[in-house]
Amino acid sequence: MNMELSRRQFLRVGGAGIAGTTLGALGFGEAEVAHAASIRPYKLAMTKEVRTSCPYCAVCCGMIAFSAKNAQTNKMEVTHIEGDSDHPVNRGTLCPKGAGAIDYVRAKTRVKEPMYRKAGSDKFEPVSWDFAMDRIAKLMKEDRDANFIEKNKDGVTVNRWPTMSFLSGSSCTNETGWITWKVARGLGMLQIENQARI
Amino acid sequence: MTNSWTDIKNADVVWIMGGNAAEAHPCGFKWVTEAKAERGAKLMVVDPRFNRSAAMADHYSPIRSGSDIAFLSGVINYLLTNDKIQHEYVKNYTNISFIVKEGYGFQDGLFTGYNEGTRSYDKATWAYEMGPDGFVVKDETLSHPRSVYQIMKKHFAIYTPEMVERVTGAPKEKFLKVAEWAASTATKDRSMTIMYALGWTQHSHGAQNIRCAAMIQLLCGNIGVPGGGINALRGHSNVQGITDIGTLTASLPGYLAMPIDGEPTLESHLTKRQFKPIQANQTSYWQNYRKFYVSFLKSMYGAKATKENDFGYNWLPKLDVAYDVLRMFDVMHQGKTTGMLCQGFNPIMSVSNSRKVIAALSKLKFLVSMDPIETDTARFWENHGEFNNVDTASIKTEVFMLPVTAFLEEEGSFTNSSRAVMWKWQAADPYAQSRTDIAILSDLFIRIKKLYEKEGGKFVEPITAVDWNYKDPHHPSADELAKELNGKAIVDLKDAEGKVVRAAGQQLATFGEMRDDGSTDGVQWIYTGFYGPNGNWAMRRDNSDPSGMNVFGSWGFSWPANRRILYNRASADPAGKPWSDAKKYVFWDGKRWTGADVPDFVPTNAPSNGTGPFIMNAEGVSRLFAAPMADGPLPVHMEPFETPLASNPVFPKLKGNPVARVFKNDMEVFGNAKDFPIVATTYRLVEHFHYWTKSVHANAVTQPEFFVEISEQLAAEKGIKKGQMVRVWSNRGEVKGKAVVTKRLKPFKIDGKTVHQIGLPLNFGFIGETKTAAPINSLTPYVGDANSQTPEFKAFLVNIEPISGPVA
Repeated sequence: MNMELSRRQFLRVGGAGIAGTTLGALGFGEAEVAHAASIRPYKLAMTKEVRTSCPYCAVCCGMIAFSAKNAQTNKMEVTHIEGDSDHPVNRGTLCPKGAGAIDYVRAKTRVKEPMYRKAGSDKFEPVSWDFAMDRIAKLMKEDRDANFIEKNKDGVTVNRWPTMSFLSGSSCTNETGWITWKVARGLGMLQIENQARI
Repeated sequence: MTNSWTDIKNADVVWIMGGNAAEAHPCGFKWVTEAKAERGAKLMVVDPRFNRSAAMADHYSPIRSGSDIAFLSGVINYLLTNDKIQHEYVKNYTNISFIVKEGYGFQDGLFTGYNEGTRSYDKATWAYEMGPDGFVVKDETLSHPRSVYQIMKKHFAIYTPEMVERVTGAPKEKFLKVAEWAASTATKDRSMTIMYALGWTQHSHGAQNIRCAAMIQLLCGNIGVPGGGINALRGHSNVQGITDIGTLTASLPGYLAMPIDGEPTLESHLTKRQFKPIQANQTSYWQNYRKFYVSFLKSMYGAKATKENDFGYNWLPKLDVAYDVLRMFDVMHQGKTTGMLCQGFNPIMSVSNSRKVIAALSKLKFLVSMDPIETDTARFWENHGEFNNVDTASIKTEVFMLPVTAFLEEEGSFTNSSRAVMWKWQAADPYAQSRTDIAILSDLFIRIKKLYEKEGGKFVEPITAVDWNYKDPHHPSADELAKELNGKAIVDLKDAEGKVVRAAGQQLATFGEMRDDGSTDGVQWIYTGFYGPNGNWAMRRDNSDPSGMNVFGSWGFSWPANRRILYNRASADPAGKPWSDAKKYVFWDGKRWTGADVPDFVPTNAPSNGTGPFIMNAEGVSRLFAAPMADGPLPVHMEPFETPLASNPVFPKLKGNPVARVFKNDMEVFGNAKDFPIVATTYRLVEHFHYWTKSVHANAVTQPEFFVEISEQLAAEKGIKKGQMVRVWSNRGEVKGKAVVTKRLKPFKIDGKTVHQIGLPLNFGFIGETKTAAPINSLTPYVGDANSQTPEFKAFLVNIEPISGPVA
């Protein structure tokens, strides 16, 4: 977590303090306190604010994402996104893509659970993570065992798995990129590509 | 980018060509606007369409798609014939005075060494003449007929303004204004930035487009200076970082190379890469390749990487041939591929000739899509009528669609196109059942490893050798992985006197600390320092600009070594003095190099030593004449593979790029100008990001459907009304959409003949909230650049006709 206290956080902490503690100290009577308690708490006081980066183009505009707990799912969900005015490149601005980024995280086409399409089938069916990962691992191992080449025709150790390919996403973090490299090459893949060319 | 987004503010001339920053990178484009408003900078735009960047420009010139080399070579010719070059810079910081070996030649568009059978060059005659001292022979007077200067003067003479107009369709006076404005920066006190994107790269001669631009910048003395540079705007948010990590067929992290079959041992790989300087007193920084390579292997294989086993070199797979994306799908199309993992990628939309890609995927045994959203590719097997007309039952591919966290639901670092590594924090919990890519891939790797432990199988050793020393093996943290990228001391590192300079376990502060004996690790040397002993610098958020030059050196970390402008020693003259007060940036203060940025130079290396600013090159200077290029040491005008002309007007014998790779059956489906007389190009819209935001409600509402942009003249010729449905087809596929009849496009007069061009936005498909459309790449040819294999998306041939349908 970024521990710097921004101006916005400072105001928020201050605001919550006033609502929660100082009313009585200021000498309000019981009725007023009851009235104050009935007022919906300041929304932003319940909101977490983090610095993030636009997922789209390579300008990497700074964004501030606000999130709050959804009572139904008990999960932190993003409630608002705005440009980060501290960011030296975008200075708080966002383009029509970045400005709509909240609709991306709640897109209708978000995949909710692992889906599986059998050979020749005309539909996806939901499956468990365990089923999906077991099946993929098994398919990969079967193919690796069938097609892995340890030595080429000149007897040079080449350790390659020529029949498996990996398209590596360029919207993933650097840390994801490294795990991707490690896993793909660790298994012996050569067919690896990202979006540098396209 | 050699420079950065914020540095554009320091430019006197901004030249956008092969990109459209106002539309595709609007929040970066603001620095162009700033340069205009605050410095009075001039913006010039060269593009087939009068696009949004052009609308902001002080000068616009049209150009036929695919003819950029002729235009740019025309500018080079203008600079040379009018002697508009920054002489002191060019003489000292480029190879202009180098002598090329006897035997080098160029005729009819081909260099010496061409082999028509293999479609390749033997580059033996493109080398420098070397002296008995092992250094290159030079002629400082530049009069030797085989000096790079004289070779260039001869080579570019053909690209007269008249020839430029004949080939590119740019009116002579519009072309000349571009050349004049560029030339206005061939001085010590002015600089020009060149901004480009896929409009330059996505051609069968894309790398040579960019070579031309780099040459112009060198002749004007605009590389390494504030407000200068050659700046690739780039696509995806972390395409820079992921390219740095090297998830590319022939790459190791940090621009090191994958081993190939001819390199059976680590030593055989390294021997080929000694990078000995070819001039006296040069840095030739790649001489440290060995240290970076061994440190990488130590990160990959940990304690199992030892001196005795070549640090695990032989566990890495060796390349028989490079599997770029075109070869990858060609091999798959031949039925030779079993499975594909597809992470945040939509190849049936983004790779050439969609029909071929869909046929290839249909031959897989299994496909795994890892993406936050459903993609067209994950549903390639589904029949969507005319938009994806497949026979579902006959497709036997098992398909997995795994839910992955979106950008707000995970943390980690992104590297923007300015090479700035910046951290983003997690804002929300994973959506529904989604998991991070890191968790999914870790799970997969562990399951496969367990299967091998249980059942045995083919060559288990490389799998078990991979270092997986994470606190939670199923969830390596972004923090742990970031630390690995940076590297650490494995044992106490001592200097020559035996003093410990870095204690065992400590993170490395710079790549200068890396060693080749296995005592350090580090995935990619260029990132070393990003997570050094003082913590994660990607998290730094100090936006102060102490120099006042719009340099934010304490914001994140810019690789390498937190440098914001590459080659910045070139911002000073050979004596180390700034070229001018206006462009004062990095300079010699009598004791060391200092200034607004981290010097791209050994800080105590005095100017009197004569070390060149291009420290990565064995020459120590930059290359106007560049032998490593596959298609020639100097640019040549090559037509696209699908040209609207009967032949190349400059070199009639050349067909396309003579050394570009074309697969069997792809050449056969290139279209000819008789059946497909119209030039087409593809581009993005400001409301959309590739094939992704068609699933995003806000974007689908603001730009809801595919359209075809055509000129008024073509509309009249074909009887197409505004808003009428049209069919556009190439020799490979077709798309349908409404016609946008516009003044933004105008027919060209090329070689005496009228040539029409149309524009096709690329952001639509059959999955998502926008109106259904066929993949745009069902039209594009399956051929790539001879150097990089980047597909030729920006210039191809189509035909067009009105069809019945709603008129808006």
